[in-house]
Amino acid sequence: MNAIITVVGKDRVGIICGVTTVLSELNVNILDISQTIMNDIFTMIMSVSLKDMPGSFANLSDRLAKEGEKLGVVINIQHEDIFNSMHRI
Amino acid sequence: MINQTEILETINMIEKENLDIRTITMGISLLDCTSESIDSLLTKVYDKVTKKAENLVKVGEQIEAEYGIPIINKRISVTPISLIGQGKTSDDFVKIAKTLDKAANTVGVNFIGGFSALVHKGFTVGDTALIDAIPQALSETNLVCSSVNVGSTKAGINMDAVKKMGEIIKQTAEMTKNTDGFGCAKLVVFANAVEDNPFMAGAFHGVGEAECVINVGVSGPGVVKCALEKVKGCDFQTVSETVKKTAFKITRMGNLVAKEASKRLNVPYGIVDLSLAPTPAVGDSVAYILEEMGLEKCGAHGTTAALALLNDAVKKGGIFAASNVGGLSGAFIPVSEDAGMIEAAKSGALSIEKLEAMTCVCSVGLDMIVIPGDTSASTISAIIADEAAIGMINNKTTAVRVIPAPGKKVGDIVEFGGLLGTGPVMKVSNLDSSAFIARGGRIPAPIHSLRN
Repeated sequence: MNAIITVVGKDRVGIICGVTTVLSELNVNILDISQTIMNDIFTMIMSVSLKDMPGSFANLSDRLAKEGEKLGVVINIQHEDIFNSMHRI
Repeated sequence: MINQTEILETINMIEKENLDIRTITMGISLLDCTSESIDSLLTKVYDKVTKKAENLVKVGEQIEAEYGIPIINKRISVTPISLIGQGKTSDDFVKIAKTLDKAANTVGVNFIGGFSALVHKGFTVGDTALIDAIPQALSETNLVCSSVNVGSTKAGINMDAVKKMGEIIKQTAEMTKNTDGFGCAKLVVFANAVEDNPFMAGAFHGVGEAECVINVGVSGPGVVKCALEKVKGCDFQTVSETVKKTAFKITRMGNLVAKEASKRLNVPYGIVDLSLAPTPAVGDSVAYILEEMGLEKCGAHGTTAALALLNDAVKKGGIFAASNVGGLSGAFIPVSEDAGMIEAAKSGALSIEKLEAMTCVCSVGLDMIVIPGDTSASTISAIIADEAAIGMINNKTTAVRVIPAPGKKVGDIVEFGGLLGTGPVMKVSNLDSSAFIARGGRIPAPIHSLRN
């Protein structure tokens, strides 16, 4: 299963490092990253594959939320089908 | 690959515009639970509901977490209980209601609907016993919802049932007076009730339905309101197109959740209800959509036209987005559950007469309206008769869910809490309709019921 991770918050040093460290620890493969800074707001969107992740989705989601708190940004992870079904027929 | 704008649009809808799935409702047939002995009937009902729905809440929460879309309620609807308890006494029906309540508690759902009777043409013995049991059943349970269908386009209006339901609503209010007549918030009187409605308090699992199905009701008035903010001053075709596109996106979410829940629970996908269901949260209001179209307050002249456009565009946008569509499908206008309606009613902009007109063009009817505690049973019956007539003549579902809050007067405020919100007590006409209601019998079906 593929999922979309979005990271939104005030820009600072180490956001990408913090997020990718969690992903690498949980064996989550990154398929695509796009990142911009709009009006000082850091926005990153990642497409990831959870195919080889041994743990549960809930665990990953928890770890990312905690990392978000530490970095002062909001991190969401959602199954990519929610975007596919809303925007593609 | 989905692009960044699309991803952020979806996330924005969920986080800022209150997009959510209102309910996953599992419909369960209890037709095989009938029994001569009440004890064995109760055991069968409890066992079947708890077995079929054992994973409903868990799966709902999993989908919520994985897709990041809030699912506000998980609910169960069952076969109209009057059919299951034919031959039983009113006391037995109260026991069945308590058993349903216990089963709903066990599986952790928010509501269980189907303590219902379909009496649009007449009463069976079981129907009468169930209806007599409603006040006690609703006062002694928390999660059980009840509905009675008193009319249809095919059968006309059972005016004996209309009379009876006015009395039942009064008794229910009296028996739940400690909570301002809260019992009445769990009781709906329908005309043209549908068999696959996922919404409470009127959900039941019709006899034409399969053994067990998953029905989903979507929400999202906030998303429509925000979309309309971007087309200020544009003409009505643009308004309609904007609502359609938004409704399509909202309904796609419902379709996805319904399919996923059906797969994980191994239960067939019933329908998605193309609905705009408000919550008392600011920014999640159908009234605000109507005001966004250019009305000073919901209730102003023009409100009915605005609602007609909205209701139709929601259906047109939604129908292509879901594989199976059904239920009530349309915009809801429950007064106490909608921040904009509450304000409009408090300020006097919205009257019960205007709401009645609005029910001609939207989904369902006079919903969650608190009326003075001293309103007579015959006046409530007359309100029901008017709504049922609108439904019967216009081939649509209509309903009445009014709460005659004991001891409350026009201008008082009643707090129900949670999704059911806050109800300002609204004025009803104090003219007498009792001689009309006392006639009884049946209002014949209209000429256009003869379509064969």
